[in-house]
Order: sequence, then structure tokens, then C-alpha cells
Amino acid sequence: MSTAPHQHRLAVGIDLGTTNSLVATVRSGLSTVLLDETGHALLPSVVHYTADNQIEVGYPAQLQQSQDPQNTIVSVKRFLGRGLNDIGDTSHLPYRFVESPGMVQIQTRAGIKSPVEVSAEILKTLKARAEQALGGELTGAVITVPAYFDDAQRQATKDAARLAGLNVLRLLNEPTAAAVAYGLDNASEGIYVIYDLGGGTFDISILRLAKGVFEVLATNGDSALGGDDFDRRIFCWILEQASLQPLSPADTRLLMTKAREAKEWLTEHASASITAVLSQGDIINLNLSQAEFHALSQQLINRTLNPIRKALRDAELSIEEIKGVVLVGGATRMPQVRKAVASFFGQAPLTNLDPDQVVALGAAIQANILAGNRSDDDLLLLDVIPLSLGLETMGGLVEKVIPRNSTLPIARAQDFTTFKDGQTAMSIHVLQGERELVTDCRSLGRFELRGIPPMAAGAARIRVTFQVDADGLLSVSAQEQTSGAHANIVVKPSYGLSEDQITHMLQTSFNSAEADKHARAVQEVRVDAARLLEAIDAALRQDGDKLLNTEEKAAITAEMENLRQLAQQDDSDAIQKAVDALNHATEAFAARRMDASVRQALAGQTLNTLEL
Amino acid sequence: MPAQFALDMALLDQHYRKLQAEVHPDRFAAASPGERMQSMQWATQANEAYRTLKHPTTRARYLLALHGVDTEEENNTAMPADFLMLQMEWRETVEEAYDERNIAALDASLKQMREQAQALEQKLVAILDQQQAWQEAAGIVRKLSFIDKIRADVEHKISKLEDE
Repeated sequence: MSTAPHQHRLAVGIDLGTTNSLVATVRSGLSTVLLDETGHALLPSVVHYTADNQIEVGYPAQLQQSQDPQNTIVSVKRFLGRGLNDIGDTSHLPYRFVESPGMVQIQTRAGIKSPVEVSAEILKTLKARAEQALGGELTGAVITVPAYFDDAQRQATKDAARLAGLNVLRLLNEPTAAAVAYGLDNASEGIYVIYDLGGGTFDISILRLAKGVFEVLATNGDSALGGDDFDRRIFCWILEQASLQPLSPADTRLLMTKAREAKEWLTEHASASITAVLSQGDIINLNLSQAEFHALSQQLINRTLNPIRKALRDAELSIEEIKGVVLVGGATRMPQVRKAVASFFGQAPLTNLDPDQVVALGAAIQANILAGNRSDDDLLLLDVIPLSLGLETMGGLVEKVIPRNSTLPIARAQDFTTFKDGQTAMSIHVLQGERELVTDCRSLGRFELRGIPPMAAGAARIRVTFQVDADGLLSVSAQEQTSGAHANIVVKPSYGLSEDQITHMLQTSFNSAEADKHARAVQEVRVDAARLLEAIDAALRQDGDKLLNTEEKAAITAEMENLRQLAQQDDSDAIQKAVDALNHATEAFAARRMDASVRQALAGQTLNTLEL
Repeated sequence: MPAQFALDMALLDQHYRKLQAEVHPDRFAAASPGERMQSMQWATQANEAYRTLKHPTTRARYLLALHGVDTEEENNTAMPADFLMLQMEWRETVEEAYDERNIAALDASLKQMREQAQALEQKLVAILDQQQAWQEAAGIVRKLSFIDKIRADVEHKISKLEDE
């Protein structure tokens, strides 16, 4: 591996927003947003599939949204990991939606596009911007997601990043990222609330900040509420005032843009005039006062207060215990939002960081640490799962397995049995949400368990373990307990994109010949191999002599040498096998290293209260 | 940390953070898959341990388990008469307040329940740490566990009313 341990690795934080996206990095110890060649920090999250088979992203795409609305996708984040029925009212949206299992798709002139592919275009643009600015290939990226995103939405975000060729170091919750940027700047201690009203999502997170530890106590929100909804209120008001007939997609887009401009204008002005000429010649000429706008949006603001109350209750905190409230997201610029937050908490919110940039800045700080550029261990983020995970039981009810606001990572095991003689497969329906009925929760899909050893009905005991990792992503594993043998039960989720679909998208997105596909496969596995060799090299340097005897060390170095040799050649299967072999050879070493560091952390303490 | 019910919560927080600082997956972002898996398992266990020790009911249940005492919350539902009366009163008050959509009254009930729980937790300090009267302690854990459930139910009802 060529990378020397001290070399600065290029890592970025990406805020993949509903309306705007940003990329930031830590340079000379300072987190900075990277600008495009014309000096813009924000990249409008708009993707346009042009008539001449090009893909435009950002400002050029935004210019097309009124002229070519069906092929210009805005606010795609609202569709990420969502089915058509999750999106709700689509009458104001100019797209040709295609229902497909798990996630809606959009018909464009460039073919049917998944929201994952559209999001990947935004990420590719930001990746290119970063590599241009930093002059090299990125080691990895931290991508932010709304804290209230469920498993399907998170998985879709991760898939989009992979499709864009990014190595995801971590999915980080947006309010937590904002707290990092804010907290580190202000050296704050105590309990803080992050109120994050973005373009299309609302999050509330309550954090305890103490000596570099950012511990999320509770989170809540609404993953379908944001600045866009304020635009829509103005849009509906325009329709009402001008008593307009159903509009063409182009007129809809035009008036939505006018509505957004009016909203932004009203942040600093007492009234906004809205003028437009529609395609049939109708002339719109209206005046909206700040007071009228506040009345129109009162209900939306009230919708943000209930999640705050819930989060406070879950954290067992009262308003008096909150030391500060930080505003995040462009929509918190609206004076009526600021006023409502101030009056709810009885204190003026903190706004000294740019609400559009603070999430990306925090993500960059975390990316810098995860990439290994900072060795001081004084920052630790402890986040929670936003929504309970449950299983379908008899009668269409949901039994909770992992309660919301549990600190991640978390695992829970549940035992199941077969109800037919010789049964070898079963399916488990996993849901996310707080309601009692299956139909009221978000279905994450069914996990198929196959390969259960045939036994009499009720004799098998299958322990299913639900593990949620630090990114908030669920994995399910299963084991038959009574047969003694490690029954190889295969667990297959039925949601998200399958490996085949991703491979297909990767291939079509590069529009490549067979040879290129092969080259790309080799390239991907080589990157994996290099990363693994580097990790094990570092581990050996640190603990190899302490924790391994000569033979053990020799066995590992032999596998490493084997992998190094194969990585020079072009056989991706052989490289993958060598990667797996090296992983296997280092399992015991990994366990000993972890034990050693735990012993060190617990030095001087008795272990028994921590053993469960 | 001492294996007892009365805990220095600040010390518990401190130990938990120190442990997570060592084992959390973010410390192993560049490590091999084997180490990342180990780290996730350790961090999961640290969270589980912290959660168990932080909440009085689970902490007491855990201490009793260490002494081989099962709190039998599922099958031993016998409660002293005075506690049964209190339960019934609470249920009635809560149902009434819910029907009247009176969130303030529900909040007041919650407060009462919290106070009742705190009184029981105070008792546990003496019974578990000094008298080591395990069976009596198990009875209190069953009460606490009941209060936890009804509190969750009231909180759920408040959320429902707020959402309407």
C-alpha cells in the first residue's frame, strides 16, 4: 500500500439536501465548504436529463425546471426509499411516477430513473467538485441524512453514494452533524436542542454535550415536512386568489418557483408582489403580506412543535433544562419560525453559524476524524435509532423489538419456532414506526429465512438477531439453536436495491463495454484489498508482537503476501477470495486487540457490573 | 463500579463514555472487517450494560439476577391490596382525562407516578444494598415494572392527543 500513515487523506462531508447540497472538508484544521468554479457553495439538488442525452446538475438544471419539468427532478430526496403511497398528494408534482416495489421511480426521457440514481448524480457532481478542489481522489465521505430517516431511506442514501463511487465512512444524522460544528466552535457543555427545518425534512434532536462526547438523548421529527411545504402554501394561495384552472406542468413549476421567491423575499420584507404570465396568457399579479404568510404557515409551524414535545418526554427533560437551541436548515431563516421556537423554549435560538452550511461543516469534521487524519480521541458521537423496530405478530399487530431512541449500535435477539413438520423456511415481516397496527407502520419488508433443518413442528428454535449499526442500518442474522450445528440460515431482505440492481445501475451509468465492466470490477476489489492490507499493516505494527506468536504472525503475513501478489493481476474473483482468506486469518487477532483495548479502558474497575 | 443499587450516576456516565471511546465503531473506520465487527459487538454490549444500569427498574432486576433471583414479572401478578387500589385509581383518572382530552391532567398523573416510583426506588436502596432482602426487592421491582408500563401508556396517550 502506497499511503504512508502520516499522509493526509482526502475526506469530505456531504450534506445531501432536499433543495440544496454541499460538500465541505477540513483544511489546515478548519472546516470549510468547497465552492464550485463560479464561487457557489450551494449545489441546487436538481437533476435535468437533457434532450441531447446529457445530465445537468445544479444551477443549469434549475433553469430548466419550468421549461422541461418532467425531465427535471427537484427535491428527489422526498422520494428516496419511499413508495408512491408514502409520498401522498402528487397532484402538484409534474413527474410521471412509476410504481415499483419498495421505491417509486420516475419516467424521464433518459429512461426510468430510481431516486437512488438521481441522487447519485448530485453526489457525483459534489465528488468531482471536491476532487477538483483538493487535487486528488477521495478516501471517503461522511454523508448526512435526516435523523428521522427510516432504514429504507438510509439504505437508499448509502446505495446512491455507492453508485456515485464514494466510499461511505458513515451516515451521520444532520442535527448531530450540526451539533458537532456548533459545539466544537463554541466549546459548549450541557443539554442542547437542534431544531433542523430543511427543504423537505424536519428533525429535532436533544443532545448532551460533555467533553467532546455528543450524546443524542432523543430525536423526533417529520421526514415529510420542510421549506417546500411553505412554498406549497403560497402556491395554493396563488391558485385560490387567482381562481386558476388545473395547470400545465410548466405553469405549476413556474408558480412554485414564484412561491419560493416570495417566501424568501418575505424573510426581510413586509410584503411580496407575485407576478407571472402563464402559458395560456393568464396574468398573475398578487401581493402577499408577511402577516398573511404567517397566518398561512401557522399550521406547518405547529406541526414542528409536537415532535419537540415528544423528544423532551422521551429524554425525560423539561424546557427549563435546555441550555441552548440551535437553528439549522435554510427554512429557519423565516422570522415566524424563529419567533415560534423562541417562544416555545423561552430563549432566543442560536444562529451564529450559517444554517445552510452547518451540517456539511460538521460532517467534514467527522469525515476528517474517520479518515484517520486526527489522532486525538476527544470526539465521540453517540446517536440513537429514531423509530422503533418491530415485527408483525398475529392479527396484524406490531411487537416492538428495538425501541426508538435506543443508543446505537444495538442488537436484540428473538426466538421463533416452526409451525409445520419439516418446515425449512419462514418469513419475518419487519416494520418501523410507533403505531400498534402493521398498516400504520412503515413496512421495511420481509426477511426470508431459508435452510432451517427439518424437524417436527415447534421443535426448532430459531434465534433471530436484529442488529442496528452506527449508521442506523438494520441487518438480520439467524441461527437454529437446538440442532447444535451452526445451521446455515440465509436471511434475505426484500427491500432496498438488490446487489444485482446496483451492479446493473453501475454498469449502465458508465455505459461501458464488457472490458470496462471487468476493469471496474477489478478496480473495486483492488481498492478493498488495499484498504484491508493497510488496516492490517497498521494493526500489526501496533500490536503484532504483543498479541501474536511467531507462527500466528507468519500465517497472517503469508496471507497478506498472497493478496499483494494477486492484487497485481486482473482476476477479480481470485483477489476477492484472497481478501476473504485474509479476513478470516485475522479474526482472532482482531478479537484480542479489542479485548486489550477494553481491558485498558476498564483498568481499575471491576468487570462484573458490565458483563451481561 | 460497585454491584449495588445506589449508584453514582456521574461515575457511571464517565465509565460508559470511556469504554465507548475505546470500542465505538467510529474508532475503527479504517480497520479490517474483523475488527469492525468486534467493535460493533463491544459497543452494542456497552450500550446494553449502560442502559441496564442507568434505569432503576432494570438495574434492580439485574442485581437480583446476579443473586439468582427471578423477578417473575410475567407470571407473578399478585400485588398487595393497597397497590392494587392505587393502580385502579390511576387507570380511572387516566381514562377520564383521556376522554376529556385533558393533557394537563395526564401530565399531572405522570408526575404522581414518577413520584411513586422514586419512593419505591428509595426503598430499594435499603432493601437491596443493606438488608439484602431479595424476595421483598423482587416485589418492589414488579411494582416498578407496572409503573413503567402505565407511564409509557400515558405518554403514548398524550402523544396521540397532541397529534390530533
